[in-house]
Amino acid sequence: MLDPGATRASRQSPSAAWTSHPLAQLTLVRFLGFLREPEAMFWVFVFPILLAAGLGIAFRNRPADVLRITAVSPQLAQALRQEKLLDVAEMPAAAAEEALRNGKVALLAVPAPGGGVVYRYDDTNPEGRAARMLADRAIQRGAGRIDPVSVTDRFLREPGSRYIDFLIPGLLGMNLMGSAIWGMGFAIVDSRRKNLMKRLVATPMPRHYYLLSFLLSRLLMLVVEVGVLLTFGALAFGVPLRGSLADLALLSVLGSLSFSALGLLIASRARTIEAASGLMNAVMMPMWILSGVFFSSQRFPAFAQPIIKALPLTAAIDALRMNMLQGAGMAQLMPQIGVLAAWLIVCFSLALKLFRWR
Amino acid sequence: MTAAPEFALQVRNLRKAYKDVLAVDGLDLAIRAGECFGLLGPNGAGKTTTMEICEGLTDADSGSLEMLGMSWDSDAANLRQRLGIQLQDTQLADKLTVLETVRLFRSFFRAGPTPAEVIALVQLEEKGNARIGNLSGGQKQRLAMACALVGDPDFLFLDEPTTGLDPQARRQLWDLIERFKASGRTILLTTHYMDEAERLCDRIAIMDHGKVIALGTPRELIASIGVEHVVEFSAGSSTAPLDIEPLHRLDGVRDVRRENGSVEMLVTELHRAVPALLDELSRQGAPLTELRTHSASLEDVFVTLTGRHLRDE
Ligand SMILES: Nc1ncnc2c1ncn2[C@@H]1O[C@H](COP(=O)(O)OP(=O)(O)OP(=O)(O)O)[C@@H](O)[C@H]1O
Ligand SMILES: [Mg+2]
Repeated sequence: MLDPGATRASRQSPSAAWTSHPLAQLTLVRFLGFLREPEAMFWVFVFPILLAAGLGIAFRNRPADVLRITAVSPQLAQALRQEKLLDVAEMPAAAAEEALRNGKVALLAVPAPGGGVVYRYDDTNPEGRAARMLADRAIQRGAGRIDPVSVTDRFLREPGSRYIDFLIPGLLGMNLMGSAIWGMGFAIVDSRRKNLMKRLVATPMPRHYYLLSFLLSRLLMLVVEVGVLLTFGALAFGVPLRGSLADLALLSVLGSLSFSALGLLIASRARTIEAASGLMNAVMMPMWILSGVFFSSQRFPAFAQPIIKALPLTAAIDALRMNMLQGAGMAQLMPQIGVLAAWLIVCFSLALKLFRWR
Repeated sequence: MTAAPEFALQVRNLRKAYKDVLAVDGLDLAIRAGECFGLLGPNGAGKTTTMEICEGLTDADSGSLEMLGMSWDSDAANLRQRLGIQLQDTQLADKLTVLETVRLFRSFFRAGPTPAEVIALVQLEEKGNARIGNLSGGQKQRLAMACALVGDPDFLFLDEPTTGLDPQARRQLWDLIERFKASGRTILLTTHYMDEAERLCDRIAIMDHGKVIALGTPRELIASIGVEHVVEFSAGSSTAPLDIEPLHRLDGVRDVRRENGSVEMLVTELHRAVPALLDELSRQGAPLTELRTHSASLEDVFVTLTGRHLRDE
């Protein structure tokens, strides 16, 4: 066995490998700590995908619905079936009446004396009115009407304008914020509470390395986080990536750093997890609502817009959307970049001043 | 470098007040290079506060401090490289393994043994890849020791290194501390265990209310109370209760005190005190139910000086 005295003779300088650099070690340890926390993994990687998949399916654009109607004579049914958007059932009069009353069909077509047709439907119901127009068009065309103006339909279903396209950048922004703030906040407060921070400060560890290691490990995870969500969006829903990927990466890094600085500030003095999580929620909650994650922030009144635009999450999401959906370049995103940079600088300087090292 | 200074640590008139308590109250300490110095005292005496001021973790309100010929104001970075520190209550990260943790601490120091060597030193080789969360209390304490030794320190601070350990784990840690001491380096340690202090420490300071109330080698401290033996006994019954007043006047008895149910007599001459005690008991008609004696220990020094036990909770 080795002797503490013997090691003195074998004093050796640390190996030159970069892996034994304190910053590399601190970052590695942070990263491992995160990987070994299954709950954190779930919230950061799995949850956004589940959310995107759920919302993407709930709000997917369906092909226009086929309307169910009924006719009481075979001739009428035959004529109505020329219209593809109608699902025509032929029924005896009594059954047809009942189906209309129950809302099983939107419209009932009955032959009238003299070759006419009577449409029975609820005119306060949009489906009834749509069925009335479609049925009438089919009957008139079947009777030989020729439309004087030729028209073409072009449907708005292309990628980039659907709800899921709006949603993915929003979720990405929300995820950047959540993982940065929770990641920083809990890790820092936990190590302060367990006196681990004090123990590290008792070594020759340079203190700025400690803070830097949080930012670096954040960036390492960012690659995975952003990559997973965007790949999922692109593969499962064909969400477009119209802007430059390098710009997108830069925006994600900037956003993540700003949120990390905010997280650092939130965690700079708190001694208990409860105090820290209360603060974190108080900071994040307004942004979840105001910053346009799930619906456009334009819906809030005009007087609130300057404040909403100054929030870091609004800036991050707006910039991500403009990059991904409109292919905007960095020059067009300067206002958002400015907001994020300002938050980064202000929060980081404040956090350095306020940070409690024990 | 010139010849090593005689004192590895010199503290003068140290003072530290928290909101409502004076934790350290004009403390002086001089710890010689190469000695193992023990700080003893009841809970709240100010031991940890003193240690942390010396470790540069807490700022004193006033007083001066010189360690290894340096001061915290001007040589903090150099000092840190030469100190090994174990804090009273640090929880290392549960999710990390022993090896990962030691590697991390090693990376902060310019020189020292390799992580594997330190782990071998504290006999945790088999646990190198175990998560800290799965270690026993004794193994965690040894890991804390490894983290303190990883920079090959010249001065080791140990704040209650064996509290909560079973006797065998304590003995293993004592071995480690003794080997460190044998290599000529300095240790400042706190403990609530008298046997630990008597075995490890060259000199001891007993603290109470932020002050040193006694200082010396264990032998000197015991001699200082002028008592060689302690007689503990139980006597009397509900019908014939014991009156301890006359015991004070017995031959060779220094002091008598009641001690939850039994009685403790501090005596200078056992061979005269015990027969005198037996005579007195039969005079009072109080039957003796229990009798024990032991040589005076640090515990008795402490009780004599403060009227309290070191481990009073
Ligand atoms: N951060 C603090 N804030 C306020 N009071 C404190 C703080 N740290 C210690 N104290 C008080 O200072 C006094 C000395 O505490 P200290 O921890 O130094 O005692 P100790 O001798 O190490 O006790 P123990 O044997 O229980 O470890 C106590 O009364 C304690 O309550
Ligand atoms: Mg203490």
